[in-house]
Amino acid sequence: MRIDVPLEERSLANEVTDADGIAARNAALSPMGLGRLRRAPEGFLNASQIADVQAGRRGLLRHALLSAAGLTSLSLNSSFARPSLDAKAVPTVDPRGDPNILEMPEHTKSLGQPVAARGYGMPSIWENNLQRRESPGLTRVGAAGVSFCPLQGLFGIITPSGLHFERHHHGWWDIDPRKHRFMINGLVKNPKVYTMDDLMRLPSVSRIHFIECGANTGMEWGNVAVPTVQYTHGMLSCCEFTGVLLSTLLDDCGYDKMNGKYLLAEGADGSGMTRTISIDRALDDCFVAYAMNGEMLRPENGYPLRLVVPGVQGVSWVKWLRRIEVGDMPYATKDETLHYVDLMPDGIQRQYTSIQECKSVITSPSAGQMLLDRGYYNITGLAWSGRGKVKRVDVSTDGGKNWRTAKLETPILSKCFTRFSISWNFDGKPSLLQSRAIDATGYVQPRLNQLREVRGSRSIYHNNAIQTWRIASDGEVSNVHLG
Amino acid sequence: MCTSARPANLEDRLWNRKIRVQHDRFFLKWHATRQCLSFRTLLHRLRSQPFAAAFLITTFLFANIHATNAAEKFPGVGRTAIPAEIKAWDIDVRPDFKGLPAGSGSVQKGQKIWESKCASCHGTFGESNEVFTPITGGTTGLDAVSGRVASLRGDANPGYPQRTTLMKLSEMSALWDYINRAMPWDAPKSLAADEVYAVTAYILNLGDIVPADFVLSDRNIAEVQAKLPNRNGTKLFLPLWDINGRGDVVNFACMKNCKVDVNITSSLPDFAKNAHGNLADQNRLVGATRGVRTDSSTEASDAPLPGKARNPNATSGKDSREISGTESVAPLQAGQAAALAKQYSCVVCHAANAKLVGPSYNDIAAKYKGDATASDKLIAKIRSGGAGVWGAIRMPSHATMSDAELKALVHWSLAGGN
Repeated sequence: MRIDVPLEERSLANEVTDADGIAARNAALSPMGLGRLRRAPEGFLNASQIADVQAGRRGLLRHALLSAAGLTSLSLNSSFARPSLDAKAVPTVDPRGDPNILEMPEHTKSLGQPVAARGYGMPSIWENNLQRRESPGLTRVGAAGVSFCPLQGLFGIITPSGLHFERHHHGWWDIDPRKHRFMINGLVKNPKVYTMDDLMRLPSVSRIHFIECGANTGMEWGNVAVPTVQYTHGMLSCCEFTGVLLSTLLDDCGYDKMNGKYLLAEGADGSGMTRTISIDRALDDCFVAYAMNGEMLRPENGYPLRLVVPGVQGVSWVKWLRRIEVGDMPYATKDETLHYVDLMPDGIQRQYTSIQECKSVITSPSAGQMLLDRGYYNITGLAWSGRGKVKRVDVSTDGGKNWRTAKLETPILSKCFTRFSISWNFDGKPSLLQSRAIDATGYVQPRLNQLREVRGSRSIYHNNAIQTWRIASDGEVSNVHLG
Repeated sequence: MCTSARPANLEDRLWNRKIRVQHDRFFLKWHATRQCLSFRTLLHRLRSQPFAAAFLITTFLFANIHATNAAEKFPGVGRTAIPAEIKAWDIDVRPDFKGLPAGSGSVQKGQKIWESKCASCHGTFGESNEVFTPITGGTTGLDAVSGRVASLRGDANPGYPQRTTLMKLSEMSALWDYINRAMPWDAPKSLAADEVYAVTAYILNLGDIVPADFVLSDRNIAEVQAKLPNRNGTKLFLPLWDINGRGDVVNFACMKNCKVDVNITSSLPDFAKNAHGNLADQNRLVGATRGVRTDSSTEASDAPLPGKARNPNATSGKDSREISGTESVAPLQAGQAAALAKQYSCVVCHAANAKLVGPSYNDIAAKYKGDATASDKLIAKIRSGGAGVWGAIRMPSHATMSDAELKALVHWSLAGGN
């Protein structure tokens, strides 16, 4: 029996009356025990205790529980001697039935909110724990910082707009779309200026793509540095973007097909973010996007216009996009010379390392979480590749010795999240969970030390290693590296 | 017939065959005649111009004839950019220095600008690690000879604790361009070209790349490029640039009894488990798992109570509509000052009760206690910048803050950040 009891109802005023109730108290001794019940281990109650319960002599058990909560040593049996700080929150079940069922709640017996009470809907207040968060100490200036997407709590492949990760280089703005302009110049017959009106009149595409910062998982090159998947992998999101293909716009300006080999994309923010994109990439599937997940872009994501460069690291998806220049050589901008370069062991910095190679991670269960109990779990996570579709995902529960192929949810799209899942019974044996993705090119996601053998451990960028989550016998999940 | 769009690539094919002259001449002639000719007349006229005939027939069948631009596929959408507009926005400088404006600036002039506009974040010698990573340090005269910075090597002994700008810099254009487009931090694009040259020269001098009497200009910047300590330190790695590239790290999908080392070599130390806050509060209240409680509190999770409003400023979120400080916005509440302090990066240098780069809010409150003029003084000081009263590093100016924002911040600061 598993029953969640809302916080305000957690009280010892209810009697502990049966084996489940006692087991629940026991569960409360563990760090994750709040608000749920665990099955009682067999033989947890001895025969006389069972007889007490059956005879309606509940007081003794209840007294023992109160004592435990009060940090006294009075105990009914040895297991009760463990003091619990959380015991006051023990959920209980009345043998007459769950009060959440029997006592009809306010929402069943009275009038709720009217339509349009909130003109733009918000998530439930019960979902407040899932927020974009910063990693303390990672960046020192919030306007040039990162907030991480809470992957541990998301479903399917679409990232809610309000939880999309953030990376700004000079702070974000909410730009008046009526005043925003987009220019194409350089090696074009007709350099042009487009308003948002112009762009939104043009033929559009809507496509779902992942966006991953090149530095995602960058803190983990050397050693375990952060506690949850939000911080190991959360510079990562996937949304449906709507906008105009660059091929349409470049054709409209008559770009120079002979000499135009590279584009420079430039943002309108203070940093004037600039990135080089090859003309082949641009013509293939890049587009200027004004919409995300059915609404206009959020300001933090570049409202009213950003570049979408599928498969390529997020920094190239220039936000508040103001200009594209067609040129005949790479631009070696600040963020292609001083940053977003991969430092190799020989001291050479690899430049223009753009493609986000195939990668996956298990999001549930993941580090910083606690399994509810032994028994059945649906291991699930995300896989993606900057080179195309995900072909297969394998999952190991023994640190990579043995693998089973996971089920892939549809749709399976190019340069897009693919959700995978696989069934698993947790029997209390410490386990090492891993996922390994293979993309349509046949590329197999590498182990961390395979990456390190080639690239050392100081690269910062493009760590697409297999992630290991350790599951301890008590169900606590943590982030580990294997030898 | 005249309304359907002509395939865009047609004109491009013609363009590439360099028949632009015929094309233009033909169109002039054709337009001069009239816009709709009979098919028979057309054939007759074009018998001696087979190439143009082919073009016109295709055009006749598919084109949207437009008086000014026959190639236009999306009539009425967008307009030609005016040269002055292109000049205003096309500010990028390429590695071959295309785009670099004429001008010059001395190390000496650069030092003056540096001390007034740059040192507050980067330190007097570009060495500061307080607000941003250091600009200078880690390079040697030997590096300048080889064009490779030795301290970047994995086997460098000793290495250098930070990767500084000058250690990594391989292109002069990137340094000049970035200062020009994004610096100073709180007033990007406010430096004149000569000032950018001067500041760049000062940084180069800090790195011993140019002498103290050097004047950097568009004419000698290529010579400086040839002296950069890490000019040979970058490489285009095609497999990670090309969508069709093969990665440099290879794994095989072994399925059974794979030979892997499953010893745990790294895990999060206990003291770091709560460094990101209580993980129980970062996970959902229901589902297959709960967040691990990593703080020592005995309180239940700070989950919202029914009916309690969601606070948009609860964590990193800020509502710009509330704090953008335009005239139409209601006076700021003191409670919003903390958000402002974060928005304007005040908290980088000031904390509630600890001295960082600048004084703590408590120290500010103590110093000005009972001073009726404190509010006006501090508003002026924040707006135009400090004089280094509390330490060597002066507070930069914050000219973009509104009166309402300044007032709220000062009020809040004088209350010790409460």
